[in-house]
Amino acid sequence: MHFVKNFILTFLILFFAGCASANKQDPSAITIWHWMSDRDEVFQELAKKYEDQTGAKVKFDLFAPSEAYAQRVKASAQTATLPDIYGVLGEKRDFASFIRSGYIANLSQALGETKDGVAWKDDFFKKAVSVNEFLPGNEFGVEPGIYGVPLDVTTIQMVYNKKLYEKAGLDPEAPPRTWEEFMGHASILREAGIPRLVSGFGEIWMLDALASNLAMNLMGEEKVFDTYRGKVSYADPDWVRVLSFFKQMTDEKVFVEGAVTMVNKTAEQTFANERAAYAFNGSWCVNVYKGMNPDLQYAAMLPPSVSNLHPARIWGGAGGSFVVNAGSTRRDGAVKFLKWLTDEKQQAFLAEKTENLPSNKASLGKISPVLASFADDMDNTTHPNIYPVHEFPSVVEAFDKGIQSILIGEKKPEEVAQDTQKIKEKESAKARAN
Amino acid sequence: MSFNQVRKVVGSYVFVAPAFLLFVTFSLYPFLKVFQLSVTNWDGISSSMQYIGLENFKDLWLDNPVFWASMKNAFTVTFLALTAQNFLALFLALLCDRDIRGGNVYRVIFYLPPVLSGIVVGLIWNWIYDGNYGLLNHFLRFIGLGDLARAWLSDAKTALIGVSVIHMWKGFGWGFVILLAGLQSIPRELYEAARVDGANTWVMFKNVTVPLMIPVFILVSILTILGTMQIFDIIISTTGGGPGYHTEVPITRIVSTMIGSSKFGYACAMGVTFGLILLAISMVQIRVSKMMRQV
Repeated sequence: MHFVKNFILTFLILFFAGCASANKQDPSAITIWHWMSDRDEVFQELAKKYEDQTGAKVKFDLFAPSEAYAQRVKASAQTATLPDIYGVLGEKRDFASFIRSGYIANLSQALGETKDGVAWKDDFFKKAVSVNEFLPGNEFGVEPGIYGVPLDVTTIQMVYNKKLYEKAGLDPEAPPRTWEEFMGHASILREAGIPRLVSGFGEIWMLDALASNLAMNLMGEEKVFDTYRGKVSYADPDWVRVLSFFKQMTDEKVFVEGAVTMVNKTAEQTFANERAAYAFNGSWCVNVYKGMNPDLQYAAMLPPSVSNLHPARIWGGAGGSFVVNAGSTRRDGAVKFLKWLTDEKQQAFLAEKTENLPSNKASLGKISPVLASFADDMDNTTHPNIYPVHEFPSVVEAFDKGIQSILIGEKKPEEVAQDTQKIKEKESAKARAN
Repeated sequence: MSFNQVRKVVGSYVFVAPAFLLFVTFSLYPFLKVFQLSVTNWDGISSSMQYIGLENFKDLWLDNPVFWASMKNAFTVTFLALTAQNFLALFLALLCDRDIRGGNVYRVIFYLPPVLSGIVVGLIWNWIYDGNYGLLNHFLRFIGLGDLARAWLSDAKTALIGVSVIHMWKGFGWGFVILLAGLQSIPRELYEAARVDGANTWVMFKNVTVPLMIPVFILVSILTILGTMQIFDIIISTTGGGPGYHTEVPITRIVSTMIGSSKFGYACAMGVTFGLILLAISMVQIRVSKMMRQV
């Protein structure tokens, strides 16, 4: 009997001991949650440096992949267990929802503080700050202010393989600038038996990025926003033309086989293995290609321009940003650490180690030329997070899935435009009813 | 009631309590919470939510053709799994039921795919199906059928079938193990008696094996239906639901509604609807199985 009692007691002790947290948290340490597995090692190094310099402890906790991280942050918000500093993944409406619910501190005042006559916010690329900013009268009903500190920036552009260009008899220093040039080069590459454009179009946001580049260049930003506002129809000839560019590329077999369902990692492998002359990809690709094929000879280029009437826009500005938990008892310490982390020196260290574009403009001179070239057109970047108006997610999905249908030859641009407009009308009617 | 009797009754409850608490916390509460959320417009983040009645269900049932198309896709994969996958499993189980050399090796080999992660399986098959350098296209060209080569998962005509084949390859091992166990539980004397009566292999299969295997067939078919309708990981790692909506299934729709559109309430309504459909299918199957047992 004694044996049974002892056994049960031991079992219960072990059971509850097992339920306890393995990490003994230092209550004074600033805790940061992130999803950037490629940067974790550098973050740990920086945390150690910060402790050596200031005596303050900082603890970086990595939760990957990003989908799992995003769910963890949402769940923690519900149970009031968010860390001192974290990042919000998702669209601007998710960011707004976090702010409205009181999970994120307004950092406007801190970012406005000056050092040597320069405000902290002025250290960054303007677009990088804009993605974290809510302007007066914003559609989300959020109090105006800046709510996040940009850690790095990305731009979504195109890259081309110089070696394959040379092989096809094209000038490797003269990538195409206009749509006509691009289609002409694609035709020459095809004749040389070189596969042309690859991208992870299985991830529909990449299709959305390319389509909105083309749309803004063709019809101007305001007309695109007016479409989101419901003032312009997706059946408008300009939108049909945007979709027709995809049809033209499909007809001319510009895309690598299978690009329509390809994940971006596979697309990156394809380009790194020199199995495509062009890739539509983000600035993070510099680090990815370096890992996959260090000898790859490539350069960045802007997506080809389809019109001279409006400026060509590319997705960019948004990268990783950190926010401060409004309920944190270590708010001041958290802001102080973010100020240190985004200082020129730390930014250069981070960029050099991870090959990501730094958010601090002053650090640009210290990164590789190919990476720096991604920042050349930063002034012409745009991103859904800085749009003054946002499209319904179901309309965006219908539009992007429609482009996939064009890429597989299932639908015509006109049909996709009509289908998208129908969804738009349905969602608008629902929004009006609510 | 004496102290001993009270102690006995209370003791019973104390022993049941941990399991009951775990069940309530991790099964019952989330289950009921999904029903509660399904009648709200919660975005998954806000601390408040608005009750909107059956609005989500109304929209889903009457005005969401994409969800119902995804349901149709899931039924197609399920039909293929029920037929081709289970016939293959039965065929292999029948072969392994005989005392063949290296039977255990085959059992291990056939049981390997189910224990692999769906994501890993998807990535391997991506490579097989690749339109440019895929193994399948390479093989087709090798045997002179190069005209059939294509990007299998990016073609609207072959994407769903391609995903179904991956699912069947990954899933047939389960059916194989269960069917083999069922076959081995049939008394050998019945076969010997039938053989003495002059029955050939087909007659023995038809009149001995099949009737005695009906409960096992039912179990395998229920598991196949429930498992296949909830297919998700293979889709995510191969097509992501594309091209277009050609390989979308209910779970991918629920996830994209929940994460992509931040409509948690609506996604919960989808989950409830999908759960009810699976429940209805299971009930019909149980009913049919009872009828078959009576026959």
